[in-house]
This record gives sequence, structure tokens and C-alpha cells, in this order.
Amino acid sequence: MLIIGEKLSIIAKKVREAMMRKDKGPIQDIAISQWKSGAGMIDANIGPAEDGGEDLMQWMVTAIQEVVQLPVCLDTTNYKAVEAGLQVHNNQWGRPLINSTSNDPERFAMLELAARYNSQIIGLTVGKGGLPADADERAAIAADIMGRAAEYGVPIEDLYLDPLVLQIATSQDHALKVIKAVRMFQELNDPPMKTVVGLSNVSNGCPKHLRPVLNNYYLSLLIYEGLTAAIADAHEISPTVKTIDVLLGKTLYAHSYLEM
Amino acid sequence: MALALPKETYSGKVYSVTIGNDPGALTFGGENVLPFHTFEGSSPNSPVIACEIQDVPPDDWPEEVQKPYKDVSHNPVSWAKFCQETLKAKAIALRLTGTHPDRENRSPEDAAKTVRDVISATDLPLIILGSNHAEKDASVLISAAEAAKDRNCIIGKAQEANYKTIAAAAMANNHKLIAMSELDINLSKQLNILISQMGFDKERIITDPMCSALGYGLEYTYSVMERIRLAALTQNDSTMQQPMLGDVGMYVWKVKETQAAESDVPQWGSLEERGIAWEATTAIALLMAGTELLIMRHPRAIDAVEKVIGELI
Repeated sequence: MLIIGEKLSIIAKKVREAMMRKDKGPIQDIAISQWKSGAGMIDANIGPAEDGGEDLMQWMVTAIQEVVQLPVCLDTTNYKAVEAGLQVHNNQWGRPLINSTSNDPERFAMLELAARYNSQIIGLTVGKGGLPADADERAAIAADIMGRAAEYGVPIEDLYLDPLVLQIATSQDHALKVIKAVRMFQELNDPPMKTVVGLSNVSNGCPKHLRPVLNNYYLSLLIYEGLTAAIADAHEISPTVKTIDVLLGKTLYAHSYLEM
Repeated sequence: MALALPKETYSGKVYSVTIGNDPGALTFGGENVLPFHTFEGSSPNSPVIACEIQDVPPDDWPEEVQKPYKDVSHNPVSWAKFCQETLKAKAIALRLTGTHPDRENRSPEDAAKTVRDVISATDLPLIILGSNHAEKDASVLISAAEAAKDRNCIIGKAQEANYKTIAAAAMANNHKLIAMSELDINLSKQLNILISQMGFDKERIITDPMCSALGYGLEYTYSVMERIRLAALTQNDSTMQQPMLGDVGMYVWKVKETQAAESDVPQWGSLEERGIAWEATTAIALLMAGTELLIMRHPRAIDAVEKVIGELI
């Protein structure tokens, strides 16, 4: 399973301050640490970034790729910032991932960028209105997004469907609905559709000591249903990913498997 | 329409390992396909057969396999020269049998001298093996590795009980290393990990999952080797991509079928032919399972296996 290292988010105070000061050090330290812990891609979340978003995304992509040989997940609602990031992204280490398009007409244009820059893209299964009620509604939105991707010329294998993980503390019934959605998304195509989640949202708002517990157990259920990728803290989930690879027979067991 | 054969593609590749120094250096491994599946990918090097000699006369070997060496095996130097000059061997495996505490119990210094003597007599790539006594091997192989410094030999065998010393000696003297475990794929992987965690380059390890002779557990060796190779190729497991060793001669030439007299079992046919066939058949089975390096004893068995390799590659 692909880990998209999530720690570079404008929500985190240390990261935000480094972004404002354009101080590469802390950004690069986090990127390196995620890479070493098993991330296969780095998420660069700059928020809505209404002012200076283009410069900020370019600076982030460049800073990250200076020190880790990985592609970047361009995480912002700002269309121009995504495009600016795509322009400087070094595809030598893998293709970028746009985060994200959805059923909201304001986000359709992200597909155009994916097609133009040969990028992969996340399709978040929400519309303009409220949250999807259940797995069926998520799958229906997913089908809309898949059709739209075809219209824009984005190959279906470049689309990662995101069922939108909700907080366990406020929306407990959605935990299972998301698991079902991951299963249903795969059935929408042959070969199966790729899937991705923003994992840590499940424990958002929970006491700090519970967060890794919830994240890791939830992840193991999702991987068992066939999840392709997770935006998560590589350091936190790496033992779970390695252990499940062993339990599912994808990696040969040895006593030191966690150290590999 | 012509028939298009289905082809597998693999994500992993076996490390290629070079032993010896030019002009006699040899490279084996390096393939990204199952054994002899040359039609599916790249298999740049042929498996290598090393001719086994030892530091003491082979009075522990059955009569039939002593015979070809009867004029030279009193001395490892003349034996090594015979392998190189008369048999045209590509590599030599020197087993320091005489260092075993239950045999002559020769000292590490004696072993070092034997290694130096053999090295000065032949420029073939050399595999230096202990007597398979974990404790004694640790001291013997340190001296042997030093005596062969920079000759790019293979030193072995490192096992769970002694790998730290032997790996350190191989590393310090620029040799390759055999990592041996006892017919357990998970322990084989674990030993490779432990050795590489010492700082030993994993691309300089040769895996010995433990050999066995036809009729005496060969299917266990075969199955472990096959699974190691599948992990290397289909799961791209970098801890399982080492070439594998089949230490065939030692296991074959102690089973009943290579020793029972024709007068006792006339229905089994010629003893000489039987022994040769037993060694060759065991070796070919292990080639099919994925081994890239064989240690063998009888010159005619070696010839037979070389011929099969030549036809399959």
C-alpha cells in the first residue's frame, strides 16, 4: 500500500511558520523523516492559499524534491497553485497527484490540469451540498467522477477515489460506510479502481493518546478491503502496513521484518 | 496466426556476484527470471560449478569418488592443480575438513597455510569452507580469510551461531560470504538481514538454504529454494535476492545409493554409474529450483551437469 506522508500541512504550527518564513529546513526534515519511514509520496498541504499560493506551492515542491526522491501530492483547493506546482514537479521520481477533484463544479477544472500535465488525481466523493449519506451515495458520486474524468481525458487508472473518512467522535456510523465504499469503488471497474483515504481524520478531535490506536486499527480494516493508498503519518502507520503485508503473504516473514 | 506463448514478468532480480580476479574471474546470478526462463527476460550468466577438494586426503569419501583423484588427493596443492589443468574446472571449493575437532583438529594457522599453498598453485576462483563445526569454523575462517586477502573468494559457511565473526572476517578481507540456515526460508531471510545489519553488503552474500541428496529430503531443499527465488522475483524482496548455493557433493556421496556394492544390490546396476548419476541428478534438480552455484565432486557428474546447463542457457 502506498503511504502518502501527511505531516507537511499548513495546519501544523511548525510547518506553517516555516512556510511563512520560507525556511526549507523544517520542511525538508519532515519530508526526509516520512521518506525514511516508508512514505512513497509526500503530501504538500498549503490550504486554500489565496494569497501567493502559486509561489508557495512551487517553493514546497522544490524544497521537498531537493531532499527526497519522491513525487508530491499537491494538496490545495487553489487551482493556480496546483498548476504552479505541476510546472516545477520533477517527474523523474514518479508522477504527481492532485488533491483533489470532486462532484463540486468548482473542482472540475482540476481534471483539466491532470490531463494537461499527465498527473494522477484524487476524486473526493462529495458534491457541492452536504456529506454523502452512505456507501451507495459515495459510489454514485464516484461513478460521476469517473465519467467526468473520461470526458476530460484523464485515464481511469490515474484516478484515486476517496470515500471521505469522517471523525469517529462525531460520525461513528460513517466508519463502516467508508469501509464498504472502499470495497464498492473497486467494483466500479475492471481492473479495480484505486482508492485513497485521509486516514487521520478518523481520530480528529479524539484525545491524543487514542489517535494512533484508532488510525492503525482503522487502516488495517481498510487495507484488508483493498485500499490502495493512505494519506497518513508514515512513521505512525509503518508497523501496521508491514505487518499486514506479512499477514496477507505479500512479504516473506522474518523475525526482523519491522526493521526492513 | 502463430501461437504466442504467455510470458510472466517479474518485479525483482537476483544480484550478480563476481568471484576471483581477472583473467579467471567468474560471475553468476543477475537474472530477472525463474531458472532457465530465458524467453521471459534476462539471464546473463550461467550457473557455476566448483570442483570440491579438501585439506586432508579424502579417505572419508566413498571409493568411487576417491578414484578420479587417487594420484593427486594426498596433497591439496596437487589436487587443485589437477582440477585446473586436467579437469579444466572453472572454480575450486577447498573444504578444510581436517580442522574439525573430531578429525585431525588442525589449527587455524595450519588452515591458513593450506589456503596460501592452494592460492599460489591455482588462479581459479576459490570457495573456502570450514568443517561445519560452528565454533571451530569461526577461528579457522578468520585465518583462512586473512590468508586469502583480496583474492575475492567466497568464505563459508556463516550460520546463526557464528555469523558475526565470519562475516567480519569476510568483510575485512574483501571476500564474499555464504550464509547458511537449516531448511527454513524465514530463518534464511532473517540471517541475511542480520548479516546486512552488521554493515555487510547484501549483494556480497550467497544463500545456502542447506542441501540434501536425491531420496534424502531433496524435495525440502527444492521447495525452500523455489520459494526464496519467488520472493526475490515476484515480491522484489531485497533480502532474498542473493544467488543460492547447492553444496551437492557432500550430501550425495554419503547416501547408500552411492556406496552399496553391486554384489549386495545387483538390481541397482553399476556402482560407478549410479554414484555419478545420483550426484548429477541432485545437482540438476537444484538448478531447476534456482541455485546458481554448485559444489560437486565427481568429474563425470560435473561434465554431465555442465552439458545440461549448456543446452538450457
